[in-house]
Amino acid sequence: MSYETIEHDVLIIGAGGAGLRAAIEASAAGVSVGVVCKSLLGKAHTVMAEGGIAASLANVDERDGWRVHFADTMRGGAYLNNWRMAELHAREAPERVHELESWGALFDRTADGRILQRNFGGHAYPRLAHVGDRTGLEMIRTLQDHGIHRGIDVHMEVSVVRLLKDGGRITGAVAYERERGRFLVFRAGAVVLATGGTGRAYLITSNSWECTGDGHTLAYDAGAELTDMEFVQFHPTGMVWPPSVRGILVTEGVRGEGGVLKNSEGRRFMFDDIPPLYTDQTADNPEEGWRYTQGDREARRPPELLTRDHVARCIVREVREGRGSPHGGVFLDIAWIGEKLPQAEAHIKRKLPSMYHQFRQLANIDITRQPMEVGPTTHYSMGGIRVHAETQMSGVPGLFAAGECAGGLHGANRLGGNSLSDLLVFGKRAGEHASAFARENPAAAIDESAVREATGTMLAPFDEVSGAATDVGPYRLQGELQEVMQGGVGIVRSAESIQAALDEIGALRERAARIRVPGNREYNPGWHTALDLHNLLTVAEAIARAALERTESRGAHTRADHPDKDAAWGDANLVVKKAPDGDMIVSRSPIPDIPEGLRRIIEEMG
Amino acid sequence: MATATFRIWRGDEAGEFRDYDAEIHEGMVVLDAVRRIQADQAQDLGVRWNCKAGKCGSCSAEVNGTPRLMCMTRLNELPIDRPITVEPMKSFPLVRDLVTDVSWNYEVKRRIAPFRPRPPDAADGTWRMNQSDVDRVMEFRKCIECFLCQDVCHVLRDHRLHDRFIGPRFLVHVAALEMHPLDADDRREELRKAQGVGYCNITKCCTGVCPEEIQITDNAIIPLKERVADVAYDPLSKLVQLVRGRPRAKE
Repeated sequence: MSYETIEHDVLIIGAGGAGLRAAIEASAAGVSVGVVCKSLLGKAHTVMAEGGIAASLANVDERDGWRVHFADTMRGGAYLNNWRMAELHAREAPERVHELESWGALFDRTADGRILQRNFGGHAYPRLAHVGDRTGLEMIRTLQDHGIHRGIDVHMEVSVVRLLKDGGRITGAVAYERERGRFLVFRAGAVVLATGGTGRAYLITSNSWECTGDGHTLAYDAGAELTDMEFVQFHPTGMVWPPSVRGILVTEGVRGEGGVLKNSEGRRFMFDDIPPLYTDQTADNPEEGWRYTQGDREARRPPELLTRDHVARCIVREVREGRGSPHGGVFLDIAWIGEKLPQAEAHIKRKLPSMYHQFRQLANIDITRQPMEVGPTTHYSMGGIRVHAETQMSGVPGLFAAGECAGGLHGANRLGGNSLSDLLVFGKRAGEHASAFARENPAAAIDESAVREATGTMLAPFDEVSGAATDVGPYRLQGELQEVMQGGVGIVRSAESIQAALDEIGALRERAARIRVPGNREYNPGWHTALDLHNLLTVAEAIARAALERTESRGAHTRADHPDKDAAWGDANLVVKKAPDGDMIVSRSPIPDIPEGLRRIIEEMG
Repeated sequence: MATATFRIWRGDEAGEFRDYDAEIHEGMVVLDAVRRIQADQAQDLGVRWNCKAGKCGSCSAEVNGTPRLMCMTRLNELPIDRPITVEPMKSFPLVRDLVTDVSWNYEVKRRIAPFRPRPPDAADGTWRMNQSDVDRVMEFRKCIECFLCQDVCHVLRDHRLHDRFIGPRFLVHVAALEMHPLDADDRREELRKAQGVGYCNITKCCTGVCPEEIQITDNAIIPLKERVADVAYDPLSKLVQLVRGRPRAKE
């Protein structure tokens, strides 16, 4: 099979925030950099990040600092985080935000002209640098515009399907370009995976079509370990109506600006269940909560700003107990602030322009006058490729990972705003260390037989099939997998539901191998969807196997048959790895002892 | 349950419209129907989309002859008693079905002088900015690069002056740079010469199709034209040019 060979010192797979930040860093180090992305440049899922980027600039409240941010992140993650990553993240985020500003990003300002910060769940102080509710767009556009002037080669609408190795070390990747269907082989000294999340394994998701767990799967197939896969974040507020927009994100910024959650009886139900870990920091009356959102430093946060896992579970409870909204969610009301602010309508439009626009266009709702209907939506994968905290290198030499596809930073649950800072902090680190690795390890030989095997697999969906039926097509199969995961490994799971899902996943994998698609290789989304199925099935199985293993409820992982936290699980991560025989194995990995200095910070700040 | 007919362009330049019937439900947008047709009837139907929430600008197409984001075009805005036509953008080469080759836009962006900040003005190495100065540029930075304004612009669409005119999207981009509170570069000569701001004759078609409701013509292009006029037709500099005997460049 013919293919074109392209050489780079560092190959970056994914052009969202992490990939672009890694590319900029590697390019600054003087090595040749190629970026591969499945979509057009600037369209990655990062554009959907709305609320802001967490960094303890202490511009709005000087009591904030990296220590508080570190402690908040650890508590939010139920202490299963890689503490060194959480430390680096908290320490380096402010510098990364200032750097972004020096590249042209514009954030909302304080009265004295500094970067304004807003409240978000789980953060002790207003910490999110933001621009209205389109921070992700600002970030990706800034990185894109800065990056294209630095000599980075961008290969748009290209999908990578296999990583190549020489002995243990990474040597490149096999890909196809979507437009013409031609095969490409990238030869590289180091590879950075920055492919984002796995949300498309679920039916109701805020994720774009691209989030099919490609990086997770490429790394897993290449021998790297995955960690924390059982922790899937269900964002408490996705749109629930109309059906065609179900799952689209409603930013936490709505609650940060004073929005409240109510059930069908008009009750502000978040006051009913405040976890003991957060009692001291949570308001016990609506008035105090309102003052907090308006910057009163003496007030405690409203219960709507508890961590995402908790808010999502409370919403599920209201709906299950028959107090939901007409379309199966609950009410999120920002319009009520008209009682408090004279210019509420203009204020909402200025602070939440995308939300105003989104609800007006898609649901015919004016959020300055009416409540929104919201419910949980699959949002983020805390789990991912297991990496070294300082360098972001996986267990496979030369293979790095950053952003959502890397695991460790967020533990059992991610705080809002920590994803955008994650992208910058660890994108930079991945780019820095990948370029150093590539310098020390020049590109190695390409394994031709592996290339042939990969291209053969890619072409299989076009094979003529004799006799047997060709199943229902790639889109329907993907839909069936999404239903299986939503039902069996969703917000609340049990051994029984997870085992049933695993059985289904096995059956779907057999059917996926027989998928056939019509047409030819030129811009054929049916073919692309068929090729993505391997990735979705792999991450679905990893999530399910880890979820079955963890017999407790912690963070985003809720087991109906083990409803409480179990101290025996409090000091271990789960690691998923491909055994030599191809089986997926799950094992416990004890969390290394936290150094005394960091432990003290948690005790003092937590 | 109602059914609507979607008349979708299939194939390359030599392709044709094909009709597909699809069931439609309350709240559906055109992209939902296209994806349903793709899943059930035309698995290889080429279409770009990502976020399905009007934020990424990938699903640009022409719906009943108007450049629109498919994900933000609700079917209840359209007459469904006759076929709804869905076809690719016209200003760019067609790849296949609803997908066009928009790479020219990326080449244009690369040619525009990047952001160049003035030195930090605060002791901590950062800048101070007023919200009002930031707000002025925010409008332009809302652009999702859907390229619908490029598609509708007659200079590109009808006159094909892609080599001389950067189009409304990139005039907005230049305006965002020029009016950025920190930027210290001067792009006026480039605007007049290489970027062809003079080709725009203010028909406001671009403003009309912008899904982000950016006032492209009034807030970006006209102020840029005024700035260019200031430098090119300033009486004082004209006098200087006359004294130096250098002819003034004509548009």
